[in-house]
Amino acid sequence: MADASTGNTRKSPVGDFFRILGHDIKEIGTTFREGDLKTRLSYLICGFGPIARGRVLLGGFFLAIQAVLLWFIFGFGLPYLSKLDTLGLVETHKENRKTVYGDNSFLILLFGLLALCAVVALILIWRINVRENRKEELILKAGKQLPGNRADFASLFDSHFDKTLLALPVVGIFVFTVLPIIFMICVAFTNYDANHQAPSKLFTWVGFTNFKNLFSFGQDGFGSTFLTVLTWTLVWAFFATFLCYFLGIAVAMLINKKGIRFKKLWRTILVMTIAVPQFVSLLYVGKLFAADGLINGTLMRWGLIERALPFWTDPMWARVTIVIVNIWIGIPYMMLIATGLLMNIPEDLYESARIDGATPWQMFRSITLPYMLFVTGPFLLTQFTGNLNNFNVIYLLNQGNPKSMGMVGGAGGTDLLVTWLYKMTINDTNYRMAAVIGIMVFLVTAIVSLVVYQMLPSVRDEEGFQ
Amino acid sequence: MNEKTSSMKRKRLVSNIFSYILLVLISIIWLFPFVGLVLNSFRSYDPAVEYGGMVDYLIPKHFSLDSYRFLFSGETNYIRWYGNTIIIAFFVTLIQTMVVLCVAYALSRMRFAGRTLLMRFWLVLGMFPGFLTMICLYFLLKQMGLTQAGAIPGLILVSVASSGMGYYVCKGYFDTIPKALDEAARIDGASRARVFFTMTIPMSKPIIIYTALVAFMAPWCDYVFASYIAFGHDASFNVAVAMQRWVWTGDYQGYFTRFCAGGVLVAIPITILFMLLQRYYVEGVTGGAVKG
Repeated sequence: MADASTGNTRKSPVGDFFRILGHDIKEIGTTFREGDLKTRLSYLICGFGPIARGRVLLGGFFLAIQAVLLWFIFGFGLPYLSKLDTLGLVETHKENRKTVYGDNSFLILLFGLLALCAVVALILIWRINVRENRKEELILKAGKQLPGNRADFASLFDSHFDKTLLALPVVGIFVFTVLPIIFMICVAFTNYDANHQAPSKLFTWVGFTNFKNLFSFGQDGFGSTFLTVLTWTLVWAFFATFLCYFLGIAVAMLINKKGIRFKKLWRTILVMTIAVPQFVSLLYVGKLFAADGLINGTLMRWGLIERALPFWTDPMWARVTIVIVNIWIGIPYMMLIATGLLMNIPEDLYESARIDGATPWQMFRSITLPYMLFVTGPFLLTQFTGNLNNFNVIYLLNQGNPKSMGMVGGAGGTDLLVTWLYKMTINDTNYRMAAVIGIMVFLVTAIVSLVVYQMLPSVRDEEGFQ
Repeated sequence: MNEKTSSMKRKRLVSNIFSYILLVLISIIWLFPFVGLVLNSFRSYDPAVEYGGMVDYLIPKHFSLDSYRFLFSGETNYIRWYGNTIIIAFFVTLIQTMVVLCVAYALSRMRFAGRTLLMRFWLVLGMFPGFLTMICLYFLLKQMGLTQAGAIPGLILVSVASSGMGYYVCKGYFDTIPKALDEAARIDGASRARVFFTMTIPMSKPIIIYTALVAFMAPWCDYVFASYIAFGHDASFNVAVAMQRWVWTGDYQGYFTRFCAGGVLVAIPITILFMLLQRYYVEGVTGGAVKG
């Protein structure tokens, strides 16, 4: 989190980018002009320079990557890349009972993007290769010796250890997170849904149609449903975060209180909710509140109510119930964090407050709370964004129900944006709107994070409590 | 003076009694679902004895082990599901911990071009909802033959692939280890890798245990993605995917007690493990919360 704030405030990032780019192009030019034949040949064959200068390992690495990328782009990616503008025109159809295979929009989009990424990677590796040649020439010109293959290899575990450590994680994140996200962002601009499933039906680019649909308030428009779900998502995140926060601190203070014994026992009891897998506890708790469940049954047997309380069937009831059950989940977590932090508050602060005749509430207001807010500011932010996307609690408790006729896309009264997204993907295969909702979730999370981050006391005033 | 202390003592006693009452009340509320779960698991689902679905009373009329017997009778793949989940949890724990340690060390100790850019980029990536990419991931895995029958390695792959982004807590811990130690070792001729393996890792036992514990607990709750990848292939379900059916659709056929029994068997080992390692969990969570 800390690094997001240290952004460059004086120069604009765009200006920076072009400055670096210009500098780069100039350096590529000088390298070519001043370079020898080995360097110049490296402009065509990556790694030629290092290989010719005896660094087979490094040069071979450049060459291998170039070869693989070129092979991938021309041997595999090109047909997809060339159709990326239309996402395919020929549908798979039947001709005289024989299936004629046509294009597949899904594949074209996915592999086209992959090929595009390969092109970017090729340019990058080429650039690094050019810079490496420049470096080698400068070293030789200075009369020094180039590191040998053995030293190159050893540097992977020393000065270049970061590359060894990060290579696999970065590739993994690229393939399984970055690429799918780019893909889905693209899907938001296509008409990929239940009626356009490749390969029998193709989908294509539709511009901002889906976004217009999201904000249209007509009969089939997503506008009113989106607003309802968005409002509930924000309300939910607010209550889920702050109720758990303050009640968690309260419980921690209760257990920490002087003279209370069996502190460990009380904590252990609360921690049970973290320890037991949520799918067991939440599914059970969800059933507790069902119309034929234990709570309704007991209340009815005692004659307190005549009909079952609509815990899950009335939207308002369901929302309140979910927030309450979430307190049950959230308090122990907050209690654990608060317990450690409360002990860090110097006891003499309270002592002097007590001498001044402060009531416990005043002490909480002016000592405990400011300290806690200061220390746990970033944590509150991550809790809030986490709650915006809290799939498990909502889905395991009541699947976002009750469904409502007034809402499109199968949305229910307690659906968050993420559970709605999930339903649209699974039940309606309405991928295009799901992608749009996904982008909206991202926007909401990003905006909340940015705004709150600027307001955090620990960011504004780093020295505050030290 | 004496009167004053005795009045203060009395005041404290009253407030403590009040606190105890509150604590007992809280304990009852917090333990109630677990007690209910265990009690329900001992109710028979045999219609001749008792009904196995939802009922409106807590204590079963006849205690029986029918539900547990059912799980091991081979009528369902329960043992297989359990094994699947253990396999997934084991490999995810192993690989994810290694990945997180590597990433955290590189970002904490090394300064390289694009370091802050990478961290910022990952921060932004984390703001996208995970389910957004579900269909794309499914397709990628299908291309590799890792869906349905191959869902177990597929699930491990997906869980592990992006785990590098969860480096925060671990990096925060590494940042607290003085850099002077590294420098000293490097002056003595140790390489970065040596410092990492022989100094940093042995010093990071608490954070390794925390990372592993969190990684181990997650697969037991993984419902969404696991069900999507397994796609109805019963033998590659994990416990969460398999057993939610007993609650949501099987409840009215009297499967509820069987869910409770299965849930108890899942919860007991995880809970014991968690309680044993609780200290490390608290340390990690608190450290992570303070540093954000």
